[in-house]
Amino acid sequence: MGIFDIFKNGLKKTRGFVTEGLTRISAGLGKFDDDKLDELEALLVQADVGVGATLTIMDSVRQSIRATGDDGTEAVTFEVKKQMLEILGEKKQLHIEDNSLNILLLVGVNGTGKTTTAGKLCLRYKEEGKRVMLAAADTFRAAAIEQLQIWGERTQTPVITQTTGSDPAAVCYDAVHAAIARRTDVLIIDTAGRLHNKQNLMDELSKISKVIAREAPSANISALLVIDATTGQNAVIQAEVFGSTVDLHGIVITKLDGSAKGGVAIAVAHKAKAPILFAGLGESAEDLVDFDPELFVNSLLPNS
Amino acid sequence: MFDGLSSKLQGIVSKMRGKARVTEQDIQDMMKEIRMALLEADVNYSVVKSFVADMTEKCKGQEIFSSLTPGQQIVKIVHDSLVELLGSKQNKIAVSPSGFTVIILYGLQGAGKTTSAAKLARVLKSGGKKPLLASVDVHRPAAALQLEVLAAKVGVPSYIRPDEKSAVKIASEAAARAKYLLCDTLIIDTAGRTTIDADMMDELKAIEKTVKPTEKLLVVDAMIGQESVAVAQAFEEAIGLDGFIMTKLDGDARGGAALSIRQVTGKPIKMICVGEKIEDIEDYHPDRMANRILGMGDVLSLIEKAQTQFDEDQAKKTMDRLLKNTFNLEDMLSQFEQIKKMGSIKDVIGMIPGAAGKVKDADVNEGIIDVNMAIIRSMTLKERRFPNILNGMRRKRIAQGSGTTVQQVNQLIKQYEQSAQMMKQFSKMSKGKKRGGFPMGGFPF
Repeated sequence: MGIFDIFKNGLKKTRGFVTEGLTRISAGLGKFDDDKLDELEALLVQADVGVGATLTIMDSVRQSIRATGDDGTEAVTFEVKKQMLEILGEKKQLHIEDNSLNILLLVGVNGTGKTTTAGKLCLRYKEEGKRVMLAAADTFRAAAIEQLQIWGERTQTPVITQTTGSDPAAVCYDAVHAAIARRTDVLIIDTAGRLHNKQNLMDELSKISKVIAREAPSANISALLVIDATTGQNAVIQAEVFGSTVDLHGIVITKLDGSAKGGVAIAVAHKAKAPILFAGLGESAEDLVDFDPELFVNSLLPNS
Repeated sequence: MFDGLSSKLQGIVSKMRGKARVTEQDIQDMMKEIRMALLEADVNYSVVKSFVADMTEKCKGQEIFSSLTPGQQIVKIVHDSLVELLGSKQNKIAVSPSGFTVIILYGLQGAGKTTSAAKLARVLKSGGKKPLLASVDVHRPAAALQLEVLAAKVGVPSYIRPDEKSAVKIASEAAARAKYLLCDTLIIDTAGRTTIDADMMDELKAIEKTVKPTEKLLVVDAMIGQESVAVAQAFEEAIGLDGFIMTKLDGDARGGAALSIRQVTGKPIKMICVGEKIEDIEDYHPDRMANRILGMGDVLSLIEKAQTQFDEDQAKKTMDRLLKNTFNLEDMLSQFEQIKKMGSIKDVIGMIPGAAGKVKDADVNEGIIDVNMAIIRSMTLKERRFPNILNGMRRKRIAQGSGTTVQQVNQLIKQYEQSAQMMKQFSKMSKGKKRGGFPMGGFPF
């Protein structure tokens, strides 16, 4: 299956929702008057694009109609696409340096799929022939360590652990030194889910990231925020607050296939400084793909 | 992070002070804000639309109570209607008349089913029930193990079969085990699913047939967006639900999904989860949820929080010592600990209506309590009890031990002396039965 098909398939629900809505709105008239534009606005909000991003998109749509006089379905769709692409920005990929230690630190609120993402990324780099190591720095949730260990067994990857309740920064310390000693290419660190409004937990996270930076000064460290696509407008705040605690390199949006409201990717991109790097478009490991704004938008909206 | 809806509305009405009646245009303007607030709170779009239409009708031609500003009054109407929609009475978890209650938890991946199952078991256990926790999650690695660990923590039996692939089989075995152990409640934790997954839905239906649940509860993440309605509908149609458990309400998501799912399914929210600890589960209060969705602060929760977290015995001890005029640094330390227990100061302030938007990060120095606690903890017991002996040498040692400066230590001691002084006056007053104000010193922020 090609990458575009994975996108199309994973975004089937959102696509169905958006395309159906567009067709319903423009049916009959074939163009967008003021009422239809309001309906389009509503459609975007319903797809979790978010109030802010929706207003940005709709402002440009209205402006372009005023400028060109073309309010046909095709022209409007084109403008929406253009604006979405502008918000999402250019395609960026996670940079893995050769002959150096790369550290991926997975952070996020509870239940977004950090451990699963750690397992899937592990498999991906393993298949690329890299030496990978996992670290279970989620020492809080019951059986989080075991869950990662099962991924370790599946992918035959060493997993650095301590016991539940131990200091996650200490796990990271161990993991970094083990990774250096074993000449690991990619070290993937799974952390505990934390709600971004809990100061003590956010402090713990900044300690973790400080320890990693201190112990591996020459490593290529990337902190990745894992966001659940079913999350609503809170996703935007998550991106802001995590971004102010750790130096975020990118965002992973998981469970995009489960939701008809994949628009949250646009809401997040509208406010977040870090780019979206990965998208989870299905349950299997190969469904965690590099995020491609163009493919995303083209899978979301009908071809114009 | 959010500007409270009430402050926005106040902005609109400040223009129209002195009017006896709210005009249609005023209502339109305010409804626009309310619509925005609800959408930003992730209330489903169609629910917002019909709700706002209803509200516009209700607000038209309303006389303004002299005690309220028009803005407040509209908020009140909206708030009251929200409370009504959110369920005007509390709903308890049902108990089967047969004497054996089966509760099944459903939900999307990562909603918090396993944690909620354990929390529920704890609540039922402390209510005199004998629950057994069973996991039929055969998909997520270590899910069953997670439940087993939590069950042990709660102190209830559990039934898991990590090697068995048939969820239906595990469920029926779990029911048999629960009866064998003379348990009266079986709580079944299912695998997380995305609603599209027809196979997994079939599995759920088969489990339902086997164990005949009393309560079918959907676990919903408070952060869920517009999808909430589709999720609730899918489960309601496929299996039929008896209610909901809402999780992660300790986050700052406004939880508009609560309104959406109530509106769409008509089923009640039965419990809410408000923290990571096993005891962080509460009864659901519609009025508080309404406040939260509207971003109005939550005075009731704040008061309750203060009550439960503030250890009365401890407070009484301090009070006694205070009256005996023996307030020392140990008491001060325990005061700090009490304050810390109430959560971050910002959170506490956020629950005060009107304060939510006004508190900036810089205004609240969260760290100062920690610093003061560190200083006291670096003292010997003798120093804590008899602060008079704190000479220069000791202060220098304490500063080094706590990673602070001598100035900071001096500041704390000064603060202590002021508090002690005030308490002395207070204790004299109460002994002399004179009237006087309560001393309000000693809060370090």
